[in-house]
Amino acid sequence: MNKIANRKVICDVLCEKAAAGDKNIIALCSDSRGSASMTSFFEKFPEQSVEAGIAEQDLVGMSAGLAKAGKKPFAFSPASFLSTRSYEQCKVDCAYSDTNVKLVGISGGVSYGALGMSHHSAQDIAAMSSIPNMRVYLPSDRHQTRKLIEALLQDQKCAYIRTGRNPVEDIYSQDSCPFEMDKATVAREGEEVLFVACGEMVLPAVQASDVLREKGIKATVLDMYCVKPLDTEAILRYAQKASLVVAVEEHSPFGGLGSMVAQTVSASCPRKVICRALPDAPVITGTSPEVFKYYGLDCEGLVRTVAENFN
Amino acid sequence: MENLTAKSFALREDVVNMIMAGKGGHIGGDMSVIDTLTALYFNVMNVSPEKADDPDRDMFIMSKGHSVEALYAVLAAKGYFPIERVIREFSQFGSQFIGHPNNKLPGIEMNSGSLGHGLPVAVGMAIAGKMDHSPRRVYVVMGDGELAEGSVWEGAMSATQYNLDNLCAVVDRNRLQISGSTEDVMHQDPLEERFASFGWNVIDVNGNDIDALIHAFAVAKSVKGKPTVVIANTVKGYGSAVMENKAAWHHHLPSQEEYEQIMKDLEAHKTAAMEKG
Repeated sequence: MNKIANRKVICDVLCEKAAAGDKNIIALCSDSRGSASMTSFFEKFPEQSVEAGIAEQDLVGMSAGLAKAGKKPFAFSPASFLSTRSYEQCKVDCAYSDTNVKLVGISGGVSYGALGMSHHSAQDIAAMSSIPNMRVYLPSDRHQTRKLIEALLQDQKCAYIRTGRNPVEDIYSQDSCPFEMDKATVAREGEEVLFVACGEMVLPAVQASDVLREKGIKATVLDMYCVKPLDTEAILRYAQKASLVVAVEEHSPFGGLGSMVAQTVSASCPRKVICRALPDAPVITGTSPEVFKYYGLDCEGLVRTVAENFN
Repeated sequence: MENLTAKSFALREDVVNMIMAGKGGHIGGDMSVIDTLTALYFNVMNVSPEKADDPDRDMFIMSKGHSVEALYAVLAAKGYFPIERVIREFSQFGSQFIGHPNNKLPGIEMNSGSLGHGLPVAVGMAIAGKMDHSPRRVYVVMGDGELAEGSVWEGAMSATQYNLDNLCAVVDRNRLQISGSTEDVMHQDPLEERFASFGWNVIDVNGNDIDALIHAFAVAKSVKGKPTVVIANTVKGYGSAVMENKAAWHHHLPSQEEYEQIMKDLEAHKTAAMEKG
C-alpha cells in the first residue's frame, strides 16, 4: 500500500525545482503548512515561503500580487476554505486578472471525515469550473500528481488543483504513467461501459472495471484529472462505443464532473449517463473509505451501478 | 514645472465628458480621488507607457475600482491611450473601457470592482519587490466605505507582518458612500488609530491639495520598516458645488444644466490655479 499522499508529492516537486534554482516558485500557506505537507519546503526555502495566517482572502490576493510581479505562487489551503472563503479572490484576482496563481485545495472532498460539512469541499469543482479562465485539476495518484505539477510549472495561467488528505493506492507507476496535459488518461479500455472519474474516484472505477471484466463486461476508465478543460473528445470517442456511461466524483451531484459528462454525451451521442456523487446533504460521519462505501462510491457500489443499468 | 492643480481640474473636465457620453459613472468619487491620482502619476510614481514591462516599475492598484473614470483620464493624459477614444467608447457596447479597471488595457495592472481586493494584492506585489531587492514601490488606493470589507484588514495585518515599507496605501476619505455618511453606514473613525494599531505609519493630509499629497508620499517613502497609509481627506464631488458632499452623486448622470454649471466651476478652479501658479 502506498503511503505517500498526493499533497506530499506536490511539496517534493516544488522542493526539487526550487533546489534546482527556480527562485520564483513561492509557496503560500494559511496556517496550513502541516496539512499541506509543505513544512519541508518552508524549512528549506524560507525566502520563498509566505505565511498568510488564517486569512484565505489575503492568501489568494497576495498570491495574485506575487504572480503579477513575476513570481510563480502556489497557494495552499484546505479546499473547503479556498474554494468558498476566498472564492471572489480566485475569481477576480486570479482568473479575471489573469495571474499565474496555482491554487492547491488540500484535504479535498470528504478527506476531513468526522470534522463535518464546514470542512468538506463538495462544491469546489462546480464553483471553480464556472469561473472563466480558471482550470480545474483533480489528479488521481501520486505519479499523476507529479506529472501534473511539473506541467503546471511550465505555464503562466491560473489553475485550481484539488488533492485529498490521505495516501491513495497507485494506479500508475513511476515507469508507466501516461500523461498528456489536458488529455484524459485511459486507465482501462473496454467497449461496453465508460467510467469517467476524477481524483480519488479513479481507483474504485479501475477496480470496478477489473471486477466487471471477470464478469464479462468490458469497461473503459477515463481518468479525467483535467475536469476543466474537460477532454470532451476522449469522452465522445469512448461513449460512442459504450451503451452506458458512469461518471464518478467525490463532489455534490450538481455542477461537477457528472454534469459536464452528461452535457457532453447528451449533445453529441446520447447514451444513458449515471452520475455517482456525494448526496446533496451533509455527508455521514466517517473516514473517506467509510463514506465512499456508504454512498456506493467504491468498487462494489460501482459494480452494482453497472449491474443495475447495463443491458 | 507643470501646474498639477490646474491639470487636475482639466482632468476632471475629461471625467465629466466621459460620464456624459457614457450616460453614467461614479462621478463623486472620481472628483475626490483625482488629486491623489494626479500626484501619483505625474510626480510620484515611476511608471510610463514605455516602462510597462519594466520589472522595477512602481505598481498601482485602483482598489476603489468604481472611480475608474478618473483613472482613465489620468492614464490618457499619461499617454497610455487617447482621451478621445475613452470618451467615445466608455461604457459603449463591446468597449474595453468598462466601468471598472481591466488589465486588458495598457497601464492597468489588476482588475478590480469588487471592493477589498486591492490591499492583499498590493501586499503580494510588495513582498515580491522585497524578494527581488527591487526599488519598486507599490501604491493602492481604497475608498473609505471599502474599509468595511474584512479583507482590507487581513491585508493590513500582513503588510506589517512583512515590514512592507515599499507599500503605500491611500484612503480616499471623502466620508460618503452610496447610502450616506460612512460614519452612519459603518463607522471608520478613529481611522488613524485603527491603522496605527495595526502597526502602520499614518499620514493625515488634505487629499484635494496636490502639494500636500506629494509631500505625504515623499514622507511615506522615507519611513522604513513599516507600510504607510495616507489618509487623504477629500470632498466627494470636489470641483463644483453642484455635486460636492452629496451622497446622491456617488453614481450620477448630470443634467445638461448641471453639466454646464460643473464645467463652468471647473474652468474657474483651473483659472484660479493657473493664476496662483
